[in-house]
Amino acid sequence: MNPTLNNIRYLLIKDLKIEWHYKFAIGSALLYIISTVFITYLVFLNYMAPNVWAALFWIIIIFVSINTVARSFVMESKNRYYYYYTLASPEAVIMGKILYNNLIMLVFTLVTYFVFSVFFENYIQNSLLFYPTLLLGSCGMATMLTLTTAIAWKANDSFALVSVLSFPLALPLIILSLKLTRMALGAFFWSEAIKLLFVLLLLDIIIIALAYILFPFIWKD
Amino acid sequence: MERLTTATFVKIYWWKLLGALLVLYSILAGLLVKVPLLPIVEESIRNVFFHVCMWFAMIAVFINALVNSILYLSKPDIKYDRNAVESVHVGVFFGVLGLITGMVWAKATWGAYWVNDPKLNGAAVCMLAYLAYLVLRSASPNQILKARLSAVYNIFAFVILIVFVIILPRIADGSLHPGSGGESPFAVAKMQGHMYAVFFPAFIGWILMAFWLVDIRVRINKSNEEMKNEPI
Repeated sequence: MNPTLNNIRYLLIKDLKIEWHYKFAIGSALLYIISTVFITYLVFLNYMAPNVWAALFWIIIIFVSINTVARSFVMESKNRYYYYYTLASPEAVIMGKILYNNLIMLVFTLVTYFVFSVFFENYIQNSLLFYPTLLLGSCGMATMLTLTTAIAWKANDSFALVSVLSFPLALPLIILSLKLTRMALGAFFWSEAIKLLFVLLLLDIIIIALAYILFPFIWKD
Repeated sequence: MERLTTATFVKIYWWKLLGALLVLYSILAGLLVKVPLLPIVEESIRNVFFHVCMWFAMIAVFINALVNSILYLSKPDIKYDRNAVESVHVGVFFGVLGLITGMVWAKATWGAYWVNDPKLNGAAVCMLAYLAYLVLRSASPNQILKARLSAVYNIFAFVILIVFVIILPRIADGSLHPGSGGESPFAVAKMQGHMYAVFFPAFIGWILMAFWLVDIRVRINKSNEEMKNEPI
């Protein structure tokens, strides 16, 4: 097997093991999702409409993703990264982190969707359009956040920096996802939807490629 | 240092002189030239010589920042970092000017300072991205690390600029700005030949002015740096 691929596999398994070991992290993320949705439910109880539903859903996704993915580099000590430095190439490290973050982000997005549909009514008419949107949107968010958290982590471990750096970069993804979600709420043309999905996919690919190319510059000291 | 004669002065700084003259010309001609009186827009169409040029100047210096960031990543010389950060400063300045000239124009024609328009929102997000870049600069004490991290972020910010300025307005539901339906904005605005004679000099003049500002800021930055390193 290709050594880089092997490294990526081990790094991914390592991250999942850490996550499993410190179960409180998953627990707190789930609690964060449930309490955010519940607060939204109490506040927006009487104002709910399909369009509001879509907007709130994606705003919650932004906050959930920033809160869950932002831990990705901070959860291990800086010293341990010197150890990884000797073992794996920066490409392997970033791909491992991206895969791991995509995985947990996808899980959290689906959980958010589920909790959201429990509290509010599920307004989605066309799941065939909504699920790809969810997948591509969360993939882009997770990858982009992996890189911005790496930058913030290197610059000065501050959480405030993560959100400042991430919000402008998250916006195109959110706008496109929101547009697609609004389509999935009612009648739409598939030709239009495919075009937007393609733009979203393109954006994801650009973000992954940039992360792959630029991470080595962040990684080295 | 040898004395500057007028001839060498012109030889070195011709582009600054050209920029100043073109901008001066565009301001005078822009206010005096005969313009078509379109409904609602009327005399305010003269803003096209100012508002549009601000954005082109901004994009020009942001491209300069991008190029310098890429150069810095390939060859870590502090010179490139200095160029990049000062270009971003000047770009943000022109972006703010673009927003202000646009807001005044919007109040006169669309009735409000801020309207829900993909180009306005995109411009605001780009400003946020570049302001985040400047925040990142001030976050880390380590000079070399700071330069490298911000160069990486600058490349991302430029991608956002491209997405918001070029891609999203094209797939948006419609913009109040002229030309969002695929036709040339200038055709919609009924720009005539003699208006181009003001617009293009203004366009080039403001870009040169922007680079002049970058040049001044880079030299200030450099001398501050040298003063800091000088032993007391």
